[in-house]
Amino acid sequence: MGKSAGAAVSQKTFGEKFKSRKVQQMLVIITFLFAPLLLLVVFTYLPFMKMVQFSFYNMKYIGPKKFVGLDNYIDVFNRPEIFRALLVSVYYMGGAVVQLGLALFFATMMVFKVKGESVFKAAMFFPYLICGIAVGFIFKFFYARGFVLDSLLQMFGMKMEDIPYWLQDQSINNFALAATSVWRYTGQNMIMFLGAMMSVDNDLYEAAALDGANNWHRFIYIILPSIKSIVVLNLILSISGSLSAFEPPYVITNGTMGTGTYFVIMNRLAHENQKVGLACAMAIVLLVIIILCTVAQKLFFAYVFDNGTDDESRAAVRKRKREEKKKNAQKGAAA
Amino acid sequence: MMKKKKLVSRLFEILKYGSLVIATLCSLIPVCVCVLTAFKTNEEYASTSVLDLPKSFLNFENFVIAFQKANMLRGFFNTALVLVVVLTASVFMGSMLAYVLNRFKFPGRGLIQNLFMFAALLPGIAMQVTIYQIMYSLGLVNHLYGYMIVLMGTDIISIYIFLQFFENLPISLDESAIMDGCTYFGVFFKILFPLLKPAIITSLLLKGVSVYNEYYASNLYLQSPELKTISTALYTFTGPYGNQYNYICAGVLITIVPILILFLIFQRQVYGGMAAGAVKG
Repeated sequence: MGKSAGAAVSQKTFGEKFKSRKVQQMLVIITFLFAPLLLLVVFTYLPFMKMVQFSFYNMKYIGPKKFVGLDNYIDVFNRPEIFRALLVSVYYMGGAVVQLGLALFFATMMVFKVKGESVFKAAMFFPYLICGIAVGFIFKFFYARGFVLDSLLQMFGMKMEDIPYWLQDQSINNFALAATSVWRYTGQNMIMFLGAMMSVDNDLYEAAALDGANNWHRFIYIILPSIKSIVVLNLILSISGSLSAFEPPYVITNGTMGTGTYFVIMNRLAHENQKVGLACAMAIVLLVIIILCTVAQKLFFAYVFDNGTDDESRAAVRKRKREEKKKNAQKGAAA
Repeated sequence: MMKKKKLVSRLFEILKYGSLVIATLCSLIPVCVCVLTAFKTNEEYASTSVLDLPKSFLNFENFVIAFQKANMLRGFFNTALVLVVVLTASVFMGSMLAYVLNRFKFPGRGLIQNLFMFAALLPGIAMQVTIYQIMYSLGLVNHLYGYMIVLMGTDIISIYIFLQFFENLPISLDESAIMDGCTYFGVFFKILFPLLKPAIITSLLLKGVSVYNEYYASNLYLQSPELKTISTALYTFTGPYGNQYNYICAGVLITIVPILILFLIFQRQVYGGMAAGAVKG
C-alpha cells in the first residue's frame, strides 16, 4: 500500500488521468503477483536454499544438526548404491533413445495419409495419461512369472524354461523396467513431434510435390529439418529424465535386485533412513547435472542450429552465414 | 518404371500400416489383459491362463471389492476436492501472472520471469526433501489444504501455457478498452480472461491429468487413511493383495476409466496442448 501511495505522489506532474492509471497499474502488478510469488518463494526458493544448506550437515528432520563440510558430497560419490543408481539410469537413457526413435518413426508415418489415424494416435498416446502407480501395477502383472508376457511368449512357441525371470534376473530386469517408460512416453513424444511436423507450411509440401519429390525426399528435406531442434531438446531432456526415473522401480520391484534408480535411493535415504543431509547433497548433484545439460543444450542450439528470427527465415540465415563464411574464406585465402 | 514405383509405394503402405498396428497392439495388450483379469472370479483367476477370456464380462465383483478395500470412494472424493481447488487457483494465478509479465514493464520483471523459468529446472522429487521440512514447520502436513498448497506452489505448466497465449493476444485490445474507461482489472477480467478460453482448457487438461496422477507428494503429505487420494488409494494394493491381480486390475481400471472418458472427449485439445509444448521447446 505504502508503495503505491508513494508512486502517486511522485507522478503528480503528469496530470490527473495518467497519475491514476500509473497507480492502478502498480496495484494490478502487486495484487496479481503477490500469491504466485509468495508460493514460488516458499515452495521453490526457500526449499532450494535449505537444500544447499542441509547438504553440508549431518541431520535428521527433527533433532540436532552437525556441520560436516563436504562429507555428504564425498559420500554421494563413494556409496556403492548411489553409484549403482547412476549406472541404472543408463538403462533409462537407452530407453529414452529407443523411445525417441520410435516416436520419430511413427510421427513420420502419421504425417502421410493414414486411414484410421485417430485410432492409432489415441491408442499410442493413451498410456501417457495413466497414473504412474497404475502403470507400475499393469507391468508388475505383465512381467510376473507365468503371467502375461510369459503366456504370450509360450503362445509363440517359447518354452517356459527358456524364458528368464523378467524382474529377478539382474541381467535383464532393468531393461524390463526401462521398457515400461518407453511404453508410457512414446505416444506422447510422437504427438509432440507430429505437432512440430504439422506446423510446417503446407505450401512447402505442395511445392515439393510439384518439383517431383517423393516421400523419402519429403522426409529428409522438409520433415526432418522442421523437428531437428525438438528432437535434440528431447534427447538432452532424457538425460535428466532418466536420472529422475522413479515410479517403475518404486512400484514394480521397490528398488530391489539392483533396480534402484537415483530417486528411489534418494527417497529411501531421505524418508526411511532420515539421512536428510546426504539426500540433499544427492539432490544438488542431480541439479548440477541438469543445469549442465541445459547449458549444453543452449550452446548446442546457439552454435549448431541457427533458429532464425521473425524477420529472417532459417533458410535466409543459413544462406547469409554461408556467404559470410565464403567471404571469410576468401579473405583468409587472400591473406 | 511405373511398375517399380507402384511396388515401392505398396511396400511403403505395408510398412506404414504394419508398424502402426504392431505399435497399437503393444500399447493396448498390457491394458487389455488387465481388463480380462479384472472380470475373473478367484477360482477362474487361479485356474485359467491370463490370456483366457473370463466367463462373463458382467462379473463386477472384483470392482466392488477393490473399490471398498482400497477405500476408493474416499480417494475419488479427496482427489475431486483437490482438483477443483488446485485447478481454479492455478488458472487464476497462472493467467494473472502471465498478464502482468506480458503487458507491463516494471523493475524486476525480467528477474521474476527468470525465477519461474529456473524453477522448472529443479527436480521435483528431490525438492520434496526440504519442502517436507517447511510443510512440517508450517503445520501443513496431513491436511488436505496443505497438499493443495504444495500442488499450487509447484505449478509451472499453466504459467508457461498462459505466457505463450498472451504473446498472441493483440495489445490493441487492452488499449481500446482503456480508452473506453476500463480499469486494468476490468481489462483483465472482462476483456482478456474470456479470450483465454483455449489456453484455460489446455492448462486444465494438462494440470488436471498431472494432479489426478500425482502420487509422491500425496503419499508424503497425506498420511492418514481418510486423506488418501486416488493414486495413494491404489497403491495400498501393494500390501495384503500383492498377488490377487484380479482385484489389482479392477482397481487399476477404476482409476483409468475417468481419465479415459475425459481423454476421448477432449482428444483434440489434449493433442493441441502437447503440440504447443513442442513448438515452445
